[in-house]
Amino acid sequence: MTINTLSQDGVQRQQMPCLTKMERMIISMQDPDMGIKLRNQRLLITVIPHAMTGIDIVEWLIKKFSISDEEALHIGQLFVKYGYIYPLKEPRNLILKADDSPYRFQTPYYWMSTRWPASELDYAIYLAKKNIRKQGELIEYEKECYNALHKRINHTWDFVVMQAREQLRASKQRRKADRIVLECQEQAYWLVTRPPPGTLDNIDYGPERRTMNTRVQLNAEFYKKEIEHNRISLARNRVKSSICLESYVKYCEQYQPHDPIMQGCLPSNPWITDDIMFWNMNSEVVAVPTKLRVECWSFSFMELLNDPMGRKEFLTYLEKEFSAENLCFWQACEDVRHGETSKIPEKVDEVYKQFLSPGASRWVNIDSKTMEKTLEGLKHPHRFVLDDAQMHIYFLMKKDSYPRYLKSELYKNLLARAIVPQETKKSVFPFMRRQRHSSPSPALATQTGEDDGKAKNSNSVKSNSGTASRL
Amino acid sequence: MKKEAEALKTQIEAARKAACDTDMASAASGVAPAPRVQLKTRRTLKGHLAKIYAMHWSTDNKLMVSASQDGKLLIWDSHSGNKVNAVPLKSSWVMTCAYAPSGNLVASGGLDNMCTVYNLKTPVIKTVKELDAHTGYLSCARFLSDTEILTSSGDTTCALWDLETGKQKTVFLNHVGDCMCLALSPDMNSFVSGACDSLAKLWDIRDGQCKQTFQGHTSDINAISFYPSGNAIITGSDDCTCKMYDLRADQEVIGYQDAALNSGVTSLALSVSGRLVFAGYDDFNCNIWDSLKGEKVGVLSGHDNRVSCTGVPVDGMCVCTGSWDSFLKIWN
Repeated sequence: MTINTLSQDGVQRQQMPCLTKMERMIISMQDPDMGIKLRNQRLLITVIPHAMTGIDIVEWLIKKFSISDEEALHIGQLFVKYGYIYPLKEPRNLILKADDSPYRFQTPYYWMSTRWPASELDYAIYLAKKNIRKQGELIEYEKECYNALHKRINHTWDFVVMQAREQLRASKQRRKADRIVLECQEQAYWLVTRPPPGTLDNIDYGPERRTMNTRVQLNAEFYKKEIEHNRISLARNRVKSSICLESYVKYCEQYQPHDPIMQGCLPSNPWITDDIMFWNMNSEVVAVPTKLRVECWSFSFMELLNDPMGRKEFLTYLEKEFSAENLCFWQACEDVRHGETSKIPEKVDEVYKQFLSPGASRWVNIDSKTMEKTLEGLKHPHRFVLDDAQMHIYFLMKKDSYPRYLKSELYKNLLARAIVPQETKKSVFPFMRRQRHSSPSPALATQTGEDDGKAKNSNSVKSNSGTASRL
Repeated sequence: MKKEAEALKTQIEAARKAACDTDMASAASGVAPAPRVQLKTRRTLKGHLAKIYAMHWSTDNKLMVSASQDGKLLIWDSHSGNKVNAVPLKSSWVMTCAYAPSGNLVASGGLDNMCTVYNLKTPVIKTVKELDAHTGYLSCARFLSDTEILTSSGDTTCALWDLETGKQKTVFLNHVGDCMCLALSPDMNSFVSGACDSLAKLWDIRDGQCKQTFQGHTSDINAISFYPSGNAIITGSDDCTCKMYDLRADQEVIGYQDAALNSGVTSLALSVSGRLVFAGYDDFNCNIWDSLKGEKVGVLSGHDNRVSCTGVPVDGMCVCTGSWDSFLKIWN
């Protein structure tokens, strides 16, 4: 999605840094002394000057940048994909083969950065030239494009045909070898910028955007609503920034041990070691939970309720206190809120019979005002009819039962029994738990959390390229 | 009347300034800086034949769905790298996909203006519903449960649908530009949407009203996410910056920008503690920001084309990035 104000420039802005980097490399590759050795390659009967083989390119990249085979091949592929190098043998197959297939550098006239975006007019002239030169030379999709362009820019079609004829005439006056070279270059350029349908378009820059959105009318009606909205907004209560920010700092600190990316995880991260122990130990139903999990329940009531095991433990506790019906009621309300619309009336009825009607088997203690309102709403049951009652019970549990649970023997015993998993031994690389340190030697990383403050902020951000990939 | 609206806006700004008694830099000054984060690619998922536009993790932390313009939704078991399922789409111009929290359903939508919901648990994957009422492209969809789904669309509206009847239950009208993204709050009572009018709005799901509006960006907001505590939102925009807005203070608290960055943000994801923000950019990289300090602490580079989507699973074990180069990479 390009930016409104700079449509053409905006596109260039995104891709330009990568393209300039590529172009610098290409220029160094073409350096007469230090670049790739170019020779004459034979293609059918004609000799093409200044060509190189795929393996030449790969080897040069390896030598110049001291990278691996795989990475050199990958970089070479990018050059071919973006049209800086084109293959001579199978022009439609834009890949780099590390063998003796011939390749050639594209002339700067056809570089991505100089000719962006590729204009429709130019494409039309190219297709027209092909058509005139040899009838029936256009492939299926090219024919379709040609016809589509003919319809779209019909008003300048004479100009297109005239230009095509002119260019053909000029090229006939060149030497055969030069002519073939130019044709190859032009063809390569268009194969990259207008790839056949079904292949990956490497330089696509997304759909062009309209600058004006005509769906919403900026009329009096709209402004009335805006004013109303702004008035309400003005009247709202705003909390001081310091309090809000304080809460974020606290939250991050509290949850840091639970964040595997920040702080690693025990026994080991399944993505790194392929050992799924972590997931097994933390699955929904497990005999002994991990310490981190049990600690998490003490952070907030929602954390306890969101964990199925936590709910089970809490229910056990409540049963001892003879207030288990509160949690059951809360769960039943959740079911109504998120369940199927068609089942709402019967579910609400069930809830009424079990929890709200006088003399119900599991009567919940709601204050009279809320009870009245809920009973009134039950006459026309809808998804949110039990919300007030649910909220009341939720806060009852949160303020009363929850703090007591955290202090109870049941919870403390569970916490004591909870396991801290053993870190699984790694074989070769001493990946320590706190591997996020930028300490120079992994063997030194046995320090505890205090080192966070002392971590040396080395300026070399080693950005890992995608070569360490596995399926 | 336009003037009246403008006058009120300036008043609101003044009230916001009054509430802003400190900034994030001082509040977070006591926090130790986040260590340099160097994540490596642990998996590269190959299988799509064209640009990947969206991905979404399942709540079981292993399965995920990705959508690509080759007309397929692929369900991956990302740990083993296997494709569990492939869902062929009627329209290949897909822009978003979503996984239901229960794991039973997936949804997709795009330039066909429809949101199609599929059931994964039947022997052959079937289309459960086609939600057709938007008059613009579908930019984002998120399940609330197996019976409700939220969508945002290019027709500037968001809608809450009932999956049983296939009809819109609530329509959220207020944006002036195409809605590009949405995010659900952790308590499921509200959601935020970002649009091309450079505003982010907070909506109440129950009554369908816009509760708060956040401004500050100068271009389309492409990505939005809730801070895990539910008190703040983070937005990413075409103006190359990300911003964090606090819901209680009703204003921007910190911005994540760098003069060297010249490309727009396409996608966002947060780590479990909220400390790290993973933002995918148009310049083929994904930058990692420290949310409290506002500094860049790492880069994920390895894609050959624009990073179009990022996601962190519920357990926060890793980050997944999807790109226009047709690959998904899992980093840790």
